[in-house]
Amino acid sequence: MAEQKQDVLQVRNLKAYYQMAYFGVEREVRAVDDITMSIHENEVYGIAGESSSGKTSFIKVLAAAIRPPLRVVDGEVEFNFGGQKIDPNKASKEEVDAIRWSKLSYIMQGSMSVLNPVRKIGRSFEDFAFKPMGLPRAEFNSRVAAHLERLKLSPNVLNAYPHELSGGMRQRVTIALATVCQPQFIIADEPTTALDVVVQKDVLSMIRTVQQEMRASVIFVTHDMSVHANITDRVGIIYAGRLVEEGPTRQLFAQPKHPYTAHLVASLPRIGDTRERPALEGRPPNLSDPPKGCRFHPRCPLATDRCKQENPPLVDMGEGHRVACFHTDKVKPLIELGQPKVTRMAEGAPA
Amino acid sequence: MFKVVADLIRYNIEFTIGVILLTIVIVFALLSFFSPYSPEMIYVVIPDQPPSAQYWFGTNSRGQDLFWNLSFAFRNTLFFGLTVAVLSRIISITVGLLAGYLGGWVDRGLMFFNDIFVAIPIFPILILFYFVLRSDLDTFRLALIMACLGWPFDARLIRSVAIGLRSREFTRHAVFAGMSPSRIMFQEHLPYVMPIVFSTAMANMIWSIGFEVTLGVLGFTNINIPTVGTTIYWANNHSAMVVGTWWWIIIPVTLIVMTFLGLFLLAISMNEYIDPRSRLRRMGG
Amino acid sequence: MQDYLFFALKRLVQLAAVVFAGVSAAFVVAHYSPISPVETIIGRVAGQSTFSPTAIESLRQTLNELFGLNAPLHEQFINFWVRFLQGDLGPSLIAFPTPAMTLVMLALPWTVGLLTVQIIVAWLIGNILGGLAGYYQNNRFLKAFGVMAIGIQPIPYYIVAFLMVIIFGFLWPVLPISGGFAMNVRPSFTPEFILSVLRHAILPITSLILVGIGTWFLGMRALVSNIVTEDYVTYAELAGVDRDKIVYSYVMRNAMVPQLTALAMALGGIFSGTIITEQVFSYPGLGTLLIRAVNGGDSTLVLAVSSVAVIAVASAIFIIDLIHPLLDPRVKVG
Repeated sequence: MAEQKQDVLQVRNLKAYYQMAYFGVEREVRAVDDITMSIHENEVYGIAGESSSGKTSFIKVLAAAIRPPLRVVDGEVEFNFGGQKIDPNKASKEEVDAIRWSKLSYIMQGSMSVLNPVRKIGRSFEDFAFKPMGLPRAEFNSRVAAHLERLKLSPNVLNAYPHELSGGMRQRVTIALATVCQPQFIIADEPTTALDVVVQKDVLSMIRTVQQEMRASVIFVTHDMSVHANITDRVGIIYAGRLVEEGPTRQLFAQPKHPYTAHLVASLPRIGDTRERPALEGRPPNLSDPPKGCRFHPRCPLATDRCKQENPPLVDMGEGHRVACFHTDKVKPLIELGQPKVTRMAEGAPA
Repeated sequence: MFKVVADLIRYNIEFTIGVILLTIVIVFALLSFFSPYSPEMIYVVIPDQPPSAQYWFGTNSRGQDLFWNLSFAFRNTLFFGLTVAVLSRIISITVGLLAGYLGGWVDRGLMFFNDIFVAIPIFPILILFYFVLRSDLDTFRLALIMACLGWPFDARLIRSVAIGLRSREFTRHAVFAGMSPSRIMFQEHLPYVMPIVFSTAMANMIWSIGFEVTLGVLGFTNINIPTVGTTIYWANNHSAMVVGTWWWIIIPVTLIVMTFLGLFLLAISMNEYIDPRSRLRRMGG
Repeated sequence: MQDYLFFALKRLVQLAAVVFAGVSAAFVVAHYSPISPVETIIGRVAGQSTFSPTAIESLRQTLNELFGLNAPLHEQFINFWVRFLQGDLGPSLIAFPTPAMTLVMLALPWTVGLLTVQIIVAWLIGNILGGLAGYYQNNRFLKAFGVMAIGIQPIPYYIVAFLMVIIFGFLWPVLPISGGFAMNVRPSFTPEFILSVLRHAILPITSLILVGIGTWFLGMRALVSNIVTEDYVTYAELAGVDRDKIVYSYVMRNAMVPQLTALAMALGGIFSGTIITEQVFSYPGLGTLLIRAVNGGDSTLVLAVSSVAVIAVASAIFIIDLIHPLLDPRVKVG
C-alpha cells in the first residue's frame, strides 16, 4: 500500500445543498457536507451508506449531473485525465461534453429505465459513443462488435428494444455501453441493486473485468456491504452527508474504527452464523435539520457530551485509514471476521 | 382544506386569477335573485339603449335590461354546468372504481363501453336529441343527456388511479380484514380519487357549458329560457352586429370567456397541486 | 406480422361495434321523432294545391312504403341496416327527391378537408412547440405562447369562430367569412376555383387551429417536463449526447406515443368542433348540412349525417390505432 499512486479525482471540502422554497417555506438540505477525498488510478473505490445519506447526491456532483434545487455551495471536484485537469461543475458545457463518455462514464441505477424505450440498443450505442470515439462508421461498428464479444454479449442485442431484454441482460448492455469508449473513470451508481443474486455476481465480475483491462478507476456506490467486500479496493462510509470513515477494504472490514461502520460490517450475513446481531437504534437524521456535533451521536452507544457539541474531524490513523470519531479506541469489531474472505470473484477470470 | 386554498391563492398565480374571474361571474349570476324584472318578460325597458349609468350593460332589441337578463342567463348556464359535472362525476367514479378495483371481465366490459362512448361524436348526437325533443329539451333534460355522454374520459383516469390503489398495502389489509369490495372502493379508495374528481369537474364544466352555449346559439334548446347561448341566439336573430347593438354580443361573450378561463385556470392549478412532479419542477424553477 | 394482423382484426371488430352501436342509437332516437317525414311531405304537397282525400291517402301509402314505415320496428331496423349498408337511406326532404346519402357525400369532402388539414397542422405544431417549451423552460417566446394557449384553449369552438367572424366580417373585412368558394366561380379544376377554395378555407381552418393547438401544446409541455426527469434522458445527458438528438429522439419521441393516444381520444370532440365551425362560416360541409336538415325537419338526412359522422370518427380512430404499434414498440400486438 506504500506505493504512491496518481490521483484521478480529488474532492476538496465539497458542500452541495438542496435549496428550495415552495409555498413560502424555505428549506436547505445539506446532502453533501464538507467531503474531502481522492481516488487513485486503477482502483475501485466503494461508497457505502444508508439510503438518503447523501451518497447519490455526492456522485451526482462528481458527474456534474446536478439540477436545481441541488447546488454546489462550496469546495471543488477535480478530475485529472493524464494531466488534463477539469472541474466538471465549473468548466463550460462544451469542455464537459468533450470528456463525457470518452474519459468519464457512468453506470446508472435502475437498468429498467436508463435506455430509451422506443430506440433500438444499437441506436443508443451510436448516440452515446459515435461522437466521443470519433471513428469512421465501419471501424466504429467493428469496435462495438468486438467490445460486445469481449463482454460475452451477442451482437443481436443491438437490434433489440430495451423491453425485449431481461433485467440482467439490460444491465450488462448498459455496462457495455458505458465502457465501449474505454473511459478512465467510471461512476457506478448501485448497478447491481435491482438484480437477483446470480445475475448480480455476473454483473460484478463483468465490471471488475472491464476495469482491470482498461486500468480504469471506478467509484462504486451501493448500500450493500457484501458487494463492497467483493469488489472494492478501498471503501468510504458516508453518514448524513459526511464521510465518516475511509480505508482499504480489508482493513476497514476487519477493523472498523467508526461505530457506524462497525454496525454496517456486523450486519453482513454469514453462513452458519446464527448469533443475534446488535441492531442500530433510530433512523438517519433529517438533513434539513441535522443534529449538532457528530451527526451519529443520537444513535451512537459511545456518545459523550463532547460528541454532542463538536464535530469530529477526519483523522488519518495510518495506511490511508481515516476516521471521524473521538472514540476510535473504544470501537471494537462487533463480530469476528476471522480470515476475511474478501476474495474478488473476477480474479483469475479469463480476460 | 382551507389552508390548502389559502396557500394556493398566495403562491399560485393561475389559481388566484381563476378564483377572481369565477367569483366575479358567480356573484353576477347570484344578483339575478334581486332582479326587478322576470326573465321571460320582454319590452319592459326602452330597446337598443347602449350601456349607461341607468342600464349598465345596455338594453337589447327585445326591450330587456341586459344586466339583469344576463345575470339570469349566467345563473342558468352555471347551474347547468354544475348539474352535468355532479351527475357525470357520479357515473365516472362508479365506473372508474369498479373497473379499476375489480379488474378482469368487469374492467374489460366497462372499458369496451367506455371506448364506444369516447368514439361517438357528441355534437351530432345532441342535435339528434334536439330533433326529437324540440322545445322539450330544457336545461335539465339537456344536463341529463350531457351527463350520460360526459363521463368516459374521467372514468378512464379514475380507473388508472384505482388500479394503482389496488396493489397498495392498505387495500390488502382491508381485504384481509374482511371489508366488502364496495366498502373498500367507496370508503378506502374514493378519498384518493377525490382530487382528480375536482379538477376534472372543472374541465367537464368547460366542456358541457361549451356545448350548451353552442346549442343555444343555434337555437337548438328551449330559446325562451335565458342562458348564455340563447342570449347570443336572440342577438344574432336581431342581427345585433349589423344594426350596431354590439353590447348585446360583446358583453355575454366577454363574460363567458371569463368563465371558461377561470374554470380552466382552476383545473390546471389543481392538477399541478395533485401532481407532485410538477410541483417539484416549480421548486427548482 | 401475423401478430399485427391479429391486432388489426381485433381493432376492426371494435370499429364495427362502435359503428353498430352509434348508428343504431341514432336510428332509435330518430325513430321516436315526433316529426314524421311522410306527414311533412304530405303537408308540403297538400299546401301547394288541392288534393282529394283519397289521393292524399294513396300518397301516404306510397310514401310509407318508400320510407319502409309499414313494417314493425325490428323489421324496420333490419331494413334500415340493409339499406344503410347499400348506402341508401331514402330521399331527403329538404332537397326532395335527392337521396339523403347523395347530399351527405357531397358535403363530406369539405368536412374531411377541414378536419385533416386542421388536425395535422395543430397536432404537429402544437406538439413541437409544446415539446420545446417543456424542455427549454425558460424560453421567453415559448413561455408567452404558453400563456396564450392557456387563454385560448378553454374557449369553445363556436365562440372562437364567432369572434373571427366579428373581426374579419365587421372590423377588418379582408377575408371571406362565408361559404366554401366564391359564388361567381364554377366548381372545376381551375386555378381560380382552387384559389377561391383556399381563401374561403383560411378563416375556418385558422379558427379550428387556434382552439386545437393549445390543447396539444399544453399536453405536450406537461408530458415533456415529466419525461425530462426520466432516467434515460438524464443518462443521455450524462453521456453528452447532442442536445438536439436528446430533444427529438429521446424526449419528444417518447411523448409522441401518449399524444397519439390523446389524439384518438379527442377526435370525437374535434369533429364536433369542426361541424360547429362550419356552421358559423356557412361552410358547405356536414355541419351546415346537419343544421339545415334539423331546421327543415328532415329526419332522413339528420340520420344520414349522424351515421356518417359516427363512421368517419370511428374510422379515423381505427387508423390511429393501427399506427400506434409502429410508433411504440412496447405495445403488445396480438
